[in-house]
Amino acid sequence: MIITKQKPLSSLLESIGKGPVFIVGCSECATVCHTGGEEEVQALQKTLEEHKILVTGSVILDPACHLHNSKRLLRPFKKQIEQAKHVIVLACGNGVQTVATLTQKAIAGNDTLFLGEITRATEFNRQCSLCGECIVDHFEGICPLTKCPKAMLNGPCGGSSNGKCEVNPELECVWIQILEQAKKKKTKNTLAAIQPPKDWSQGLEMRRTLDHEAKK
Amino acid sequence: MKPRSNLERVLKEGHFAVTVEIGPPKGADPSSITSKAAVVKGCADAYNVTDNQTAVVRLSSLGGCKLLLDQGLEPIMQMTCRDRNRIALQSDILGASSLGIRNMLMLTGDHQLYGNHPQSKGVYDIDSLQLLQIAKHMRDQGIFQNGEDIKKGKPVLFLGAAANPFADPLDYRVERLEKKIKAGADFIQTQSVFNLERFAQWLDDLRSRGLDTKIYILAGITPLKSVRMMQRMKYHVPGVDVPDEIEKRMMNATDPQEEGYCIALDTLKEIQQLKGLHGVHITALFWESILPRLIKEAGLHPRV
Repeated sequence: MIITKQKPLSSLLESIGKGPVFIVGCSECATVCHTGGEEEVQALQKTLEEHKILVTGSVILDPACHLHNSKRLLRPFKKQIEQAKHVIVLACGNGVQTVATLTQKAIAGNDTLFLGEITRATEFNRQCSLCGECIVDHFEGICPLTKCPKAMLNGPCGGSSNGKCEVNPELECVWIQILEQAKKKKTKNTLAAIQPPKDWSQGLEMRRTLDHEAKK
Repeated sequence: MKPRSNLERVLKEGHFAVTVEIGPPKGADPSSITSKAAVVKGCADAYNVTDNQTAVVRLSSLGGCKLLLDQGLEPIMQMTCRDRNRIALQSDILGASSLGIRNMLMLTGDHQLYGNHPQSKGVYDIDSLQLLQIAKHMRDQGIFQNGEDIKKGKPVLFLGAAANPFADPLDYRVERLEKKIKAGADFIQTQSVFNLERFAQWLDDLRSRGLDTKIYILAGITPLKSVRMMQRMKYHVPGVDVPDEIEKRMMNATDPQEEGYCIALDTLKEIQQLKGLHGVHITALFWESILPRLIKEAGLHPRV
């Protein structure tokens, strides 16, 4: 899931100016993160109205990153969007851009943080860097590229101490996790092999189209 | 203020400046630079040393510049943002300045995908404009990008940037140049000029905004060594504009190499007539030996 957090109200108010505004939420990730679901959209509406900013309406897109769905769901709100000076989008960076394409006046209400796991209802953890070529099989199903701040692929650095990371003492050293996992599974120590430099060119794709030949 | 480099002096005194490019080798043998340097010595006021151009690993720009300095040639150290973050770039600015390198040309850099390590990770922590600004602040205010003071020894720099009069979107190009001036560029070296008409138009646009008095402009000149090279420049190098007329001249020539030389010579002669131009930057890729003749016949020798 795409993990987001809401921008601070002060920065939001700065980009809004006097308004009026229309608010857009998202039914998927931003709903689960509590950054752009029904509740948060209503809460923001209330806050803005307390700041004497007119809110012309709101809608939850399903999801905001789906261009055609969003177009369809925004259509009934044409008037309210026209009346608004800005459309605040409480979704990820993708959602903001899709709404920007459709309305030409979108502003980002959220900051997009990472692709992560819903560990608990209120806890999310970064899992994947979208690198284009999954390497977790070499590391007991754990991605050191994502979870190590130095992206170390050949074991922990010298800063790992008491199982914690030197960059963030609250963070468990991912290499301790990988090694423990290997011990538990009694897998032969494949970690001894020197991992070659990563092929970063795999992660440069900008567009994916599914052609019919591939589907057959 | 006293000029910080020979190149700055030449430009300040109002002479038509000449810079020449020297590409470092794919190896550690210094003689491939020093022998090139011996050939082109006296042809230019300063010599660019490229920074892993087209993302192909070569001897570093810093190393190449030091070799030139030792041989009595004034270097222009090219720096790209592709391979180093702001920590490394600022560190190299200090290191280079401590060795006596005064001219630096700040670039974003060709993408690594087109070089010989396409699997590498591009850094692009900052872009060329930001690098210019950081270097300017290091020089003028004595501060690093984070705002901390430089201790003992601000770098002494004459700062260059690149501009492409032929890239899209055309109407934004002059604005972007203005932005580079604001960021800190003292001089500009342009993309190779084959389409003189369009270049003259761009220069007129600059002059109409008074920018030719705010920055020194050096026009890029590249002698075409062969039909193949012309075709590569015309069809494969992004941002280069080789008009059909030049293509025809090269295709119809009995001696394409001599024709390529003549085209460069003609361009050099004509371009000196343009108002608002302060010099030329000659890139003779793998053809440095032609430079002494070219400079002489273009009336640019001896250097001042």
